[in-house]
Amino acid sequence: MDSDELPSTANAESSLDLVRIALREPDRVRELSASSWERLIRQARSAGLLARIAAVLEERALLARVPAGPAAHFVAGRILASAQQEEVRREVTHIADALRHLSVPLILLKGTAYLLADLPAALGRTFSDVDVLVQKNHLAEVEAALMLAGWATTHHSEYDQRYYRRWMHELPPLQHIRRQTLLDVHHAILPETARLRPPSCKLIQAAEPLEGHPGLSVLAPADMVLHSMAHLFHNEEMSSGLRDLSDLDLLLRHFGARPEFWQGLVERSKELDLERPLYYGLRQTQAILGTPVPTTALAISSRAAPRWPLRGVMDRLWSHALRSPHRTTRRPMTGMALFALYVRAHWLRMPPAQLACHLAVKATTRSLDRAGGSRG
Amino acid sequence: MIVSDLTPRALRQQLRGTGLRLRTGPIVTHIRSRLDAVVDGISLHYAGHAVEDAAAFADFSVSVERPAGLRRWISPQVVFSVDGDASFAPLPGDQGFPMLEWGLNWCVSSHCHQFLVVHAAVLERGGKALLLPAPSGSGKSTLCAALAFSGWRVLSDELALLDPQHGYAVALPRPISLKNESIDLIRSFAPQATFGPVVHETVKGNVAHLRAPPDAVARADEPAFPAWLVSPRFSATAEARLEPMPKARAFMGLVNSAFNYNVHGRSGFKALTRLVDHADCYEFSYHRLDDAVRIFDGFG
Repeated sequence: MDSDELPSTANAESSLDLVRIALREPDRVRELSASSWERLIRQARSAGLLARIAAVLEERALLARVPAGPAAHFVAGRILASAQQEEVRREVTHIADALRHLSVPLILLKGTAYLLADLPAALGRTFSDVDVLVQKNHLAEVEAALMLAGWATTHHSEYDQRYYRRWMHELPPLQHIRRQTLLDVHHAILPETARLRPPSCKLIQAAEPLEGHPGLSVLAPADMVLHSMAHLFHNEEMSSGLRDLSDLDLLLRHFGARPEFWQGLVERSKELDLERPLYYGLRQTQAILGTPVPTTALAISSRAAPRWPLRGVMDRLWSHALRSPHRTTRRPMTGMALFALYVRAHWLRMPPAQLACHLAVKATTRSLDRAGGSRG
Repeated sequence: MIVSDLTPRALRQQLRGTGLRLRTGPIVTHIRSRLDAVVDGISLHYAGHAVEDAAAFADFSVSVERPAGLRRWISPQVVFSVDGDASFAPLPGDQGFPMLEWGLNWCVSSHCHQFLVVHAAVLERGGKALLLPAPSGSGKSTLCAALAFSGWRVLSDELALLDPQHGYAVALPRPISLKNESIDLIRSFAPQATFGPVVHETVKGNVAHLRAPPDAVARADEPAFPAWLVSPRFSATAEARLEPMPKARAFMGLVNSAFNYNVHGRSGFKALTRLVDHADCYEFSYHRLDDAVRIFDGFG
């Protein structure tokens, strides 16, 4: 898909994504020149993957051989990531405490789940918020209990509030008034208005209790993988695309070690209406990060692939988007590809008429809420 | 090679072209700029600093340039970019050098988590470090400048880089930034000091930079353990007074002055408690620099 060959000399104009190389073939960092190390550190920082790469290098006993200059950035990145992980663990305790008296099932999602379940996908993972899932009929009492414990809504315009509450799969992001931490409370994994509607009740039913944390669960392995795929391949903003792809790679390598996992994954994708994201997820992790995927799983999932010529077009778009967002990885068509995916994500998120209304409102109102513009 | 080994023309060409790899203590910054004020500022303030060759690893890549478009010509501005990202608000056109300095501070304080980074001046004498943590406007830099010309070696005027494991302070010798009345105060206190031009009406008022003494630059690779922690306060009326400060208050002062205390978690707590346990902690209010220097002479 890409010619990720290391340049023989430092070539500032090459659009090589060294982060992909370091993740896929960590041994090759030994070939890096000082100027390539510089690029790798910058690309990794902008992808939020400094600590992940440090962890990958450490596993292969390569970290000690990194030259002092870049090594300092790996140290800094790991210190930052472990502070964020500590904070997420603390936040989960606070959230569980705030909701304990309700005894509603609380399911941790995404990075929060990888971390609390001690999965390899938590390796060097950085965090900006905590994600949880609750049943939709519990949403009101959960929100009230969280408010009593100090979480306040962040999007204050009436339109944004309605946008989230009527159409989205989550409450407007909550922020704790004293600790300033962010919390996303989901009731589904894709928007209410989206083309694909994986039923939350099935996810919640299959969720697995988290050992040592009474009242908390995480999604079952196949569901966790499918959620990660659904999230990544519906996202309108791809700046953490490579980070998410690397999470997916680590999840698949971990769960995929059990052979029966793959058949279950394919079957589950049908039950959850997530066959297309599964196709993209398996194909792209394998192509970009060399994730081992059994041929049969790949073949079955590709039945859900888009038809020619869209199939090839989508491959190209993902190959542009699933790179470090650093400017040195941009290729001539990257801007257009990102725009196309942005439009696609909105298209998948709402029916056309509703999307037109939403974009018209967004174009004519300037949200006073600072964070408002970036999400809605 | 050091910056003053380059001819003014070579320095200009390097800053305009492939960029200058400037070493400040543990940090190498790749700097590009077409602005005369930046070229002159680097030539003056970083004369004794090492220049790394083009193949060396740079921690940060920054530039200070005029923006594209009309603002290049009409009430010109300067834009600071880190790694090609110019998300800082532009400043008026004559503030190129201060903007470079503030930008470099930002790079260190927001990325160099291998250190516990504290907003503080650090000086050293007889192998022991004096830490002056304080909020802006407390007279920290004025005091630091005065001590720098009175037998103390400056490790840093603005950012104390503390090793979280071992507790020593790493030197980051850079120009000392002085504001408003402090500029003339230090001019008369240390006539031998080398000043850059005064830049007027910045967000911090009038600002002038002062070149770090040669000794500070030459001994940049000598860390020092903090032995004294002094929280300074300039007061127009009070006579110089040095009073012991309770350790708990000294600790909280450090926490409030640290940029990344939250990032260091338990090890940050341990590092700072150990620091206040091992250092003599004082509160210091002063009015005249001569008195201040005399009191600090008594340390040791």
